[in-house]
Amino acid sequence: MKELFPAKQVGGYIFSLVLTIIALLVYFLDFTFPIAMSILLVTAFVQATVQLVLFMHAGETEDGKAIYTNVLYGIIIAVVTIIGSLLILIWDM
Amino acid sequence: MEFFERFAVPHPSPAIYASMVAIVVVSLAIVVGLTYFKKWGYLWREWLTTVDHKKIGIMYLISAILMLFRGGADAIMMRAQLSMPENQLLDAQHYNEIFTTHGVVMIIFMAMPFIFAFMNIVVPLQIGARDVAFPRLNAISFWLFFFGAMLFNISFVVGGSPDAGWTSYFPLAGTEFSESVGTNYYMIAIQISGIGSLMTGINMITTILKMRAPGMSLMKMPMFTWATFMACVIIIFAFPVLTIALLMGTTDRLFATNFFTSTNGGMDMLWANFFWVWGHPEVYILILPAFGLYSEIISTFSGRNLYGYKSMVGSMVIISLLSFLVWTHHFFTMGQGALTNSIFSISTMAIAVPTGVKIFNWLLTMWKGKIRFTVPMLYSVGFIPLFTIGGVTGVMLAMSAADYQYHNTMFLVAHFHNTIIPGVVFAMLAGLHYYWPKMFGFMLNERIGKWAFWFLSIGFVLAFFPMYITGLDGQARRMYTYSEATGFGPLNFVAFIGAGLMTIAFCIIVYNILYSIKNSPRNVGDDPWNARTLEWATHNPVPEYNFARTPHVASSEALWDVKKNGHELFKGDIEKIHMPNNSGVPFIMGVIFFIAGFSFVFALWVPAVIALIGIFACMVLRSFEKDDGRYISVEEIKATESTYGGANS
Ligand code: HEM
Ligand SMILES: [Cu+2]
Repeated sequence: MKELFPAKQVGGYIFSLVLTIIALLVYFLDFTFPIAMSILLVTAFVQATVQLVLFMHAGETEDGKAIYTNVLYGIIIAVVTIIGSLLILIWDM
Repeated sequence: MEFFERFAVPHPSPAIYASMVAIVVVSLAIVVGLTYFKKWGYLWREWLTTVDHKKIGIMYLISAILMLFRGGADAIMMRAQLSMPENQLLDAQHYNEIFTTHGVVMIIFMAMPFIFAFMNIVVPLQIGARDVAFPRLNAISFWLFFFGAMLFNISFVVGGSPDAGWTSYFPLAGTEFSESVGTNYYMIAIQISGIGSLMTGINMITTILKMRAPGMSLMKMPMFTWATFMACVIIIFAFPVLTIALLMGTTDRLFATNFFTSTNGGMDMLWANFFWVWGHPEVYILILPAFGLYSEIISTFSGRNLYGYKSMVGSMVIISLLSFLVWTHHFFTMGQGALTNSIFSISTMAIAVPTGVKIFNWLLTMWKGKIRFTVPMLYSVGFIPLFTIGGVTGVMLAMSAADYQYHNTMFLVAHFHNTIIPGVVFAMLAGLHYYWPKMFGFMLNERIGKWAFWFLSIGFVLAFFPMYITGLDGQARRMYTYSEATGFGPLNFVAFIGAGLMTIAFCIIVYNILYSIKNSPRNVGDDPWNARTLEWATHNPVPEYNFARTPHVASSEALWDVKKNGHELFKGDIEKIHMPNNSGVPFIMGVIFFIAGFSFVFALWVPAVIALIGIFACMVLRSFEKDDGRYISVEEIKATESTYGGANS
């Protein structure tokens, strides 16, 4: 019985629902802008990770390493691009 | 009538009317010719519907050469206009349109298809694969590129060319200052072919990671495959930025959004930022495959293995990362502070280090080698000193404080032509001569090829080195004329002569192709260059299944192992081979994309929506299509192999 029950997936499903509810709270409760944005950013990234790992099965096949390298590389480039753009256009303009 | 007025050219001239006539005449001639010689069926079966990586590569190649001449015509017109002070050959508006289309055509529609041509033709052969990972997708990539290019190229006779520069900076490129549809063409044509490029990137990476012959670990891949791999990594991270920036620019122009406007909360500088977030990696997308070709050619014609294989790979990996960390150097003068400029100055200079490592590796490969000065080798040897000068002036430009002096002058123009022509164009021509027998089974004439090389190199030096001087003296780029008092006249005249020599060189190359088609002997054998890598271990021209039996590889120089160490590449019996089926859908999708693009350019919403639905219909159809490919039987393979004289059957 235990092997048949997809505990990981059901847990992930509940977890992603919880994340969605937290994100929704931002709409219903009165947070300041920075706090609201931080909550949204964090829940969004955790949500994306849950989807990628649990439901899109990243890392379960033999090219898991390639997939994670790729994702990591993408994140690094995205972060550098965003920080660089903020630096150029706002912080140091 | 009112409806058709929008298609008129806003700023016509006799030359444009003449081109309209020429386009109509040439199209008619093609249609009549195809009908007369009954070639429609052949064209459709063998080319338009093909998914064979070699044929797609050849189509990229032909398109690239055509676009080289289109962009070259623009170039010679610009040089003619600038050859004398106060010249009246072109007016300011035409000059603007010409430098814009020259830049776009050369980068997006000449250099990109040229590198895709070699990626397609060479990579599957170098890794011993039957085709790329997604052959149908590959055909879609090509047709998107092709129809994107066609859309861009009709702009000057239908509705007017873009005129805001190949960088298309806002607010100039916004509707307020660029009223004609020209910039719509820019946004949409590049978008369409950019999607194709992105798909090629994904396709090549998958091919290289998944389809290598047994025994070929990553560190045993030939260098051109490595270069393609790294260039495609850059493609899949850089092109999405362009896609989104173009989309935002399109909505600004068509739907009056305010991403890049200077009012209503828009930010025009954001375009420049996005453009170069893509644009700098783009120049490395072009140069890495070129480096790969040079590596193959230099090692073959020095009769030695490539010096420093690991450092070659390492430097490309570093370049691919660093290329994302330097984009600000294209707008040091935009107004950001010294801190930002310093950071990006340093990261820019850092790129010169791995590039230098590669230069030294090539030099050390040739060191003590037995060098054969064939045409491909001539281009490669010419590349090293000329490109190094481009790199050195690049490092000069990288000093942000000094760049205030150089920026947007002819010095900058000299720099990037100095990297792109000896870097990319020489590599493509070297590759053209080197892989010609692989593609067509005969060689290009060496003597004529050498003439072309010398005309091109001398022409290049005469055309671009004077610009370093006039640039330092203050000649700005993109100015359609200058007064005699500036003293720029004589050097610009020299540049015009150089451009003339380069034009002659390109004509010689085409003449060489025609001459060799007629006169070259056809029995060149499988290994005309005494080469080292796996792609030369099959026949010339390559049979559609590439290798009759799967090769088993022991090093990055599989063929050399066979020749020198008696390595056994092909083991076992010939088995039936699984091949993908041809399909007309990619071509049809390309046509629909063209219609959609054209409708968007002119804001014709009904055909635009219908065409978009058509595109989705094609994709839905594809998901329900059952296509298991086909098999080539053992008898067929044996029959084909025996026509080659049974070399390794
Ligand atoms: C050693 C390596 C290089 C360095 C340090 C370097 C540096 C620079 C800098 C600082 C600029 C901006 C200058 C300005 O706008 O004032 C620039 C422009 C440019 N570079 Fe390079 N570069 C290098 C190699 C290359 C290569 C390999 C290519 C192409 C294959 C290339 C193509 C270009 C192009 C196309 C532009 C200008 C585009 C435009 O503004 O229209 N560069 N380079
Ligand atoms: Cu750059």
